[in-house]
Amino acid sequence: MQGKTLLDKLWDYHRVADAGDGYDLLAIDRLLLHERTGGVALKSLAERGLPVKAPDRVFALMDHIVSFREGRGRDEARSPGGEVFITQTREMAQKEQIHLIDTDSPMQGIVHVVAPEKGIALPGLSMVCPDSHTCSLGALGALAWGVGSSEAEHVMATGAIRVKKPDQMQIVVNGELQHGVSAKDLALHLIAKHGASGGKRCAIEFSGTTIDALSVEERLTLCNLAVEFAAFTAIIAPDKKTLDFVRDSEFGPQKNNIEKAESMWLSLCSDDHAQFDEIIEIDASQIKPQISWGTSPEETIGVDDVIPDTASLKSLTYMGLQVGEKIQGKNIGGAFIGSCTNGRLSDLISASEILRGQKVAAGVKAVCVPGSKTVKHEAEKLGLDQIFKQAGFEWGEPGCAMCFYAGGETFPPEARVVSSTNRNFEGRQGPGVRTHLAAPSVVAASAIAGAICSPSELKNFKCEQ
Amino acid sequence: MKKTFSRHSGVAAPLLIDNIDTDQIIPSREMKTVSKEGLGEGLFAGWRYTEVGGREPNQEFVLNQNSKIDSTILIAGSNFGCGSSREHAVWALSEYGIRVILAVSFGEIFHANCLRNGILAVSLSQDNIDALANASNEGEITVDLVEQTVSAASIKDWKCDFEIGAYPKKMLMEGLCPIEMTLTNEKAIDAFLQVDKETRPWVYTV
Repeated sequence: MQGKTLLDKLWDYHRVADAGDGYDLLAIDRLLLHERTGGVALKSLAERGLPVKAPDRVFALMDHIVSFREGRGRDEARSPGGEVFITQTREMAQKEQIHLIDTDSPMQGIVHVVAPEKGIALPGLSMVCPDSHTCSLGALGALAWGVGSSEAEHVMATGAIRVKKPDQMQIVVNGELQHGVSAKDLALHLIAKHGASGGKRCAIEFSGTTIDALSVEERLTLCNLAVEFAAFTAIIAPDKKTLDFVRDSEFGPQKNNIEKAESMWLSLCSDDHAQFDEIIEIDASQIKPQISWGTSPEETIGVDDVIPDTASLKSLTYMGLQVGEKIQGKNIGGAFIGSCTNGRLSDLISASEILRGQKVAAGVKAVCVPGSKTVKHEAEKLGLDQIFKQAGFEWGEPGCAMCFYAGGETFPPEARVVSSTNRNFEGRQGPGVRTHLAAPSVVAASAIAGAICSPSELKNFKCEQ
Repeated sequence: MKKTFSRHSGVAAPLLIDNIDTDQIIPSREMKTVSKEGLGEGLFAGWRYTEVGGREPNQEFVLNQNSKIDSTILIAGSNFGCGSSREHAVWALSEYGIRVILAVSFGEIFHANCLRNGILAVSLSQDNIDALANASNEGEITVDLVEQTVSAASIKDWKCDFEIGAYPKKMLMEGLCPIEMTLTNEKAIDAFLQVDKETRPWVYTV
């Protein structure tokens, strides 16, 4: 008998009806909203006279356009006129009696950082959110994916979603990552090698010895980037690390249910003979620190590589680069550490190890925004804020911050910015801004060097200066 | 959903770039209202206007060319609408007047958002996309949802077929409301909840 994949198991569990034409109706356990679209969706539903079916399983968070200025006000937005998105989402969330993690809550932060941290995301749950990086949450063994705003309305009204089961891809990663190579590098390497469409709208299950060895935070980073690979979502089977990660969280199982929950979660894995539509194998030991050079995440190379001769003129022109030149050593004007990709405590620790006792190069605007208040608090307990500040980094209030420009403060046009975020699209971080995606350690090394630089080259780089 | 769709002929604008993301379709800085309306002006703002935040047309951009201003069809490359899930991209396209997008492939969430807003998003082979892009400069393009074909006024006796599932086709043709469709399954949903509350009580104690 053919075995079932992890996705099959979660899909079958939540499938409540055949919706026809290959579509299924899936029950949704958690809906997450944010202020950018939450207010619109809630208002639109109310105007149609439709009630929220299960308000206690809907969570609204404030992250997309909240100000990241230290000491920000309750309604302060980073985009001009953005306050109304915050106030309307708050007002509608209160009216509909859904959970609200407001700007002044000690739990506030980026939805994909807060949800795992507080047990809003759990293994085995089906969850959607009108944000494409919802695939991050698959790292816990949840069936989680990004939807549009209308789909979010649909889930609020019905508790379910009509969706076609995606094809399935297994990505087996074996081998030990080299020292200084992170989950971010693994993800960027995958996208560079197989293209930004390489995920083929599949649900991807990551497995293999490398994945087993990753921390849960690193797995969240890896799954986060699945959408940049054009995947439907990504998922990783829960293990002991996952259970430890979610145990005793605010919204996780209470004491009387924890044993039952954990035993169920540990059964969530693909059977031995489960069939996938596609399989990709990766040798993790061959991966070097990565950096994107172009305007799609697939336009990525090793930090010590040169711009390939296949580079598109459009990307080269926007990025101010030429075929055949080295990316390492290109002067930068900005550095950003944060986002749902790399805004967790381990990311801040990895950057701080490079920044300790160092100074950001003159002319580089360097900003670190922890992914949540919890991350910020934990980092401050470890004294990381002092390391960042003494190095010359700004230390911001949690939110999506400079991952995307929404009007307001940003880097100047044509500024070359090394960023721990997820998208290097034209104008993503501001009009004309040239974003280079990399791991937090590469961002930190580059900020000190004043030029694109891998952590291992930082010493040599400084000697040359 | 209000709009219904069966057959559409119109001016088509080729935008033959791969991986056009929703940040390009509508930059976040143009999402100024807590509403699904008022977004058409921000469509392709980064390419369409000469300055950030400005409204002076950049004559080089295809939708600013005299023959293409009234386009109702876009022709694009692969992975169109990748990136952010912002439905504002589709609301902006819809408000501008776009009814059909022909592309080699689409971003998953964007594709679903199109369907929800009465825009027909059709995947075609690169060869057919290239042929239609050439033909779009010589006359209108016609998309027939009933027959599932695309043809061009300037290519005589030629048309290409496209695939679409029965459910999206029905949704587009009849302008159905998916919420109402799903509520017909409410009993099945509630039956699931009743059993699940016993099996996974922790899901419900929040």
